[in-house]
Amino acid sequence: MAPLNVLVLVCLTYVAFLFVVAFAADHAARRGRGMWLRSPIIYTLSLSIYCTAWTFYGAVGFAARSGLEFATIYLGPTLVMIGWWWTLRKMVRVGRSQRVTSIADLISSRYGKSNTLAVCVTLLAVIGTTPYIALQLQSVTLSFATFAASDPTSAELPDQQSTALWVALGLTLFTILFGTRNLDANERHHGVVIAIALEAVVKLFALLAVGVFVVWGLAGGISETIARIDASPIMHWEVSGGRWVGLTMLSAAAFLCLPRMFQVMVVENENEDDLRTAAWAFPGYLMLMSLFVVPIAAIGLQTMPAGVNPDLFVLTLPLHAGRDGLAILSFIGGFSSATSMVIVAAIALSTMVSNHVVMPLWLWAKGGTAVMSGDVRHVALMARRLSIGGIVFLGYLYFRVSGGGESLAAIGLVSFAGVAQFLPALMGGLFWRAANRTGAISGLGVGFVVWMYSMFLPSFGTSSILPQHIFDHGLFGLDWLRPYALFGAEGMDPLVHAVMWSVLLNTAVFICVSLLTFPRPVERLQGAQFVNVFRHSSTATGWSGDLARSEDLMIMSQRIIGSRQAQALFSGAAQCQGLAGYLPEPTPDFLLELERELSGSVGTATAHAMISQIVGGATVSVEDLLAVADETAQIMEYSSRLEAKTQEQARTARQLRAANQKLTQLSVQKDSFLSQISHELRTPMTSIRAFSEILRDTGGLSPEEQAKYSTIIHDEAVRLTRLLDDLLDLSVLENGQVVMNTQTGRLADLLDRTIAAAGGGEADSLEIKRDRDKEDVVLTTDLDRLAQVFINLIANARKYCDAETPCLSISTKQDGAELKIDFVDNGSGIATDQQSVIFEKFAQIGATKAGGAGLGLAICREIMTRLGGDISYLPGQSGGAFRVTLPASVVSSPADETM
Amino acid sequence: MNKKVLLIEDEPNIIEAVSFILSRDGWDVKTHSNGHDAVDAVRNRHPDLIILDVMLPGKSGFEILKEIRSDQQFALTPVLMLTARGQVKDREMAEKAGASRYMTKPFSNAEVLDAVRSMVAQ
Amino acid sequence: MKSKPGPLFLEQRAYRRRRMADAARVLPVLGAILFSVPLLWGQDGSGAALTTKVMLYLFVIWGLLVGLSAVISRKLREEETRSADNQTQSKTGV
Repeated sequence: MAPLNVLVLVCLTYVAFLFVVAFAADHAARRGRGMWLRSPIIYTLSLSIYCTAWTFYGAVGFAARSGLEFATIYLGPTLVMIGWWWTLRKMVRVGRSQRVTSIADLISSRYGKSNTLAVCVTLLAVIGTTPYIALQLQSVTLSFATFAASDPTSAELPDQQSTALWVALGLTLFTILFGTRNLDANERHHGVVIAIALEAVVKLFALLAVGVFVVWGLAGGISETIARIDASPIMHWEVSGGRWVGLTMLSAAAFLCLPRMFQVMVVENENEDDLRTAAWAFPGYLMLMSLFVVPIAAIGLQTMPAGVNPDLFVLTLPLHAGRDGLAILSFIGGFSSATSMVIVAAIALSTMVSNHVVMPLWLWAKGGTAVMSGDVRHVALMARRLSIGGIVFLGYLYFRVSGGGESLAAIGLVSFAGVAQFLPALMGGLFWRAANRTGAISGLGVGFVVWMYSMFLPSFGTSSILPQHIFDHGLFGLDWLRPYALFGAEGMDPLVHAVMWSVLLNTAVFICVSLLTFPRPVERLQGAQFVNVFRHSSTATGWSGDLARSEDLMIMSQRIIGSRQAQALFSGAAQCQGLAGYLPEPTPDFLLELERELSGSVGTATAHAMISQIVGGATVSVEDLLAVADETAQIMEYSSRLEAKTQEQARTARQLRAANQKLTQLSVQKDSFLSQISHELRTPMTSIRAFSEILRDTGGLSPEEQAKYSTIIHDEAVRLTRLLDDLLDLSVLENGQVVMNTQTGRLADLLDRTIAAAGGGEADSLEIKRDRDKEDVVLTTDLDRLAQVFINLIANARKYCDAETPCLSISTKQDGAELKIDFVDNGSGIATDQQSVIFEKFAQIGATKAGGAGLGLAICREIMTRLGGDISYLPGQSGGAFRVTLPASVVSSPADETM
Repeated sequence: MNKKVLLIEDEPNIIEAVSFILSRDGWDVKTHSNGHDAVDAVRNRHPDLIILDVMLPGKSGFEILKEIRSDQQFALTPVLMLTARGQVKDREMAEKAGASRYMTKPFSNAEVLDAVRSMVAQ
Repeated sequence: MKSKPGPLFLEQRAYRRRRMADAARVLPVLGAILFSVPLLWGQDGSGAALTTKVMLYLFVIWGLLVGLSAVISRKLREEETRSADNQTQSKTGV
């Protein structure tokens, strides 16, 4: 038997299995069948990414070195979870109501959507997480090496660095595949969550299995185990009070602040109620994870030869006892812990990097044009993918540079202390309204510098980055600047020392600066929203939409959240405002909703920036100002009321102007229609009158001449009749006296017929694109009238499409119950100011006439109303675009047809 | 020698009717049926009288009339404007542009003949 | 800042809900205190407490907290849904 080969095989099989599970879960979720995928138990299990390879291997090593102290790492999160009513409940509610995508997003959003702050948090998170990812790579590599060393058949040890590289590549691939499938962070990553829940079960089972084996297999029972612990080097409870309390607090802080914990706890949270289950189930999970740690450590210390790395007892004990199967299970457990941590951390960090660093840079580089012309969706996804690769690569780099020599627990604690610097800003943001941006940035900065100097840099070794003399005599020879004894705090444990000073100074600076500086209005509003999230969950930020161009906004939104969702959002908003069509008035409410929708995809700060590029400067709206004013001076309230009135008046004036403009346009159209109709009527009449007078008054006409002139009179009479028919048709339709002639037929056939009827002869330059599969629906309605509408639209495209090679694409889609048929050409479309009037009678675009009297679209609209459907202009497409909507009652699938 | 009249009109049937009436009255009738190069046609043919429709493809009758009047050579050539739009506004515009006479369609043949004769006799 | 004073006495159900919320708030404090108790036990040389004893204590407390947390969060949910029902009932009932 060759354990190493078997191990590789088992590993690959396990990974393939994870792929399948993640894929199936994603698939089920997209089909809407995955309700059970989001049970509270799955949520609880997904939280277990807190237990990384550090727990799996490192906890035993920790226990072997310092006894029960290891438990602090689990006691902290336990206290946070059972205290969910205080903090987590609020954090989850805020995260959901603000559509937050990461912890950087939360902090930036709280402090006035400040991107500077988001960038700071992101940077700190990346620096803090990199060692942790390195730690995971190291643990997988070490466990591989352990197996290789115990395998008699393998002649040489596998190269550690190439193992780490392969693991890193595999993890990157998995994360990109399942972590960047969709852009909106609120469309959660079902596949990933299920995969990590499964890994949670695997690692717990593996650790328990090893524990049971050690207690009952190696020691021979509970009482024997206790006896052996009492005889081991860690028999005494020798924990310093400072480290016990300090580490518990540190792990509690890290549990709240770690980007990956935030990802599973807040971003991936489907239901706030899940917290109630996690509140007891997750502490239970942690308890089980630590149950056998001390027995394994104690028995490992006694059984294994001296010099064996205690971090790997979980693996070496079964191997030593010849239990290869158990050892492989244990390896898989450790592998699970490592992989799930790297995957979630990479997703969380990549979201932060792409939303707060790459996207703003890209927007800035493109100037104001990006939001309109670029493919934002594509760029955002690409940025996320690249960031994932970059983050995992950084971890790999750290692993190589640091040489992987340190004990696991030490690296883990460095990371914990790094992210714990978010705590003051986070808690202050949630509970203290006066906390402001300047305070948060200063606090973070100070905490970061102290952490770097007293913990991160020394973690590379005493004379690698910081030279030895700094440790002995301090920076610049200043005695009170020694990294392990800042401000003369001699003789403290270095870890407690660093955590104490960094968090203490961070908090102090944060509070002092917040007290001394004044927040901007947006910060104050967001502060009120966050702190009082349970009192009013409705938000108010305030855009004034005076200059907003709804169509520009729509074009931008289509590029970010997809055209279907954007259209639904815009038409829904327009309907709420009592407007027809797709373009709502850019009221502050609508802009706010839009911003929140967009921030789910690209982050708060970016969404804010994008909208402000189109709308112009963001100002605080009436209600917001009033809200702020309620606790400030009366004068502010007064002035904001004034502003309220001005804004209200401005909006009313704008609406009046719009109405007036429409009326003017209508009157101009009416005039031009009257002269058009006059022209259309008088021209044939002129010929008729002239020739009838010729026939009457002129003697000696030849029979040929007589025949010719009578024919002209006849033709002109027919022309007159046709025009009158059209007018009559419209008037009948308008008065609702029309009789519908209901027939049944396929849409495809109807379009065939229509295109043939509207054909422009052999010299037809208009190319028509269709999707015949989608047209296979059966309609029961007045098909002749519907055909009339289609003919009109095709004829319009032929007449007005000004592209060099005109092309009309007819696409059909069934949206909910409705059937939507879009006619989109590649011309220059219709200007926004004209879109509102083209369906009015007598409307003709521009001064040039192309035949008709401007009745076509008016007739179309009347017909569609009669048929129970609708026809509208679809703005923001590649050219002129009309959408014909038919109601559900008219549509049936071909299978329903009994003919 | 017969007097030369240039008829600028786009409806073929109306061209036929007016040509018939005028040629029987002894006029030399030339026709032109679009707006783009109507002014060129005037310059080439040197008519004694111009009959001009208002709604022409390419260029409106008012614009053509303005161009004709701005040419020294034709500043005094009588122009009869025809229109199918019977609004007061149109008459005003025609007078402003420099039409000698203005007639609304449909017209009787006798009216046209009277008008044409009196305009050239002046 | 002025805020409208609430009613002085709450009806029984709302009262119980608030006490449950209080319990949920107290629980982590209680946990923190209990977890620190072993620090009071002897730590010096041979007189130090045995690791196994402390371990046993820790896990018993741990299990206790898990149980209490489960009970409290369930009670809270029950009270919440019941008071929500009550509200809708009284709304439709009038």
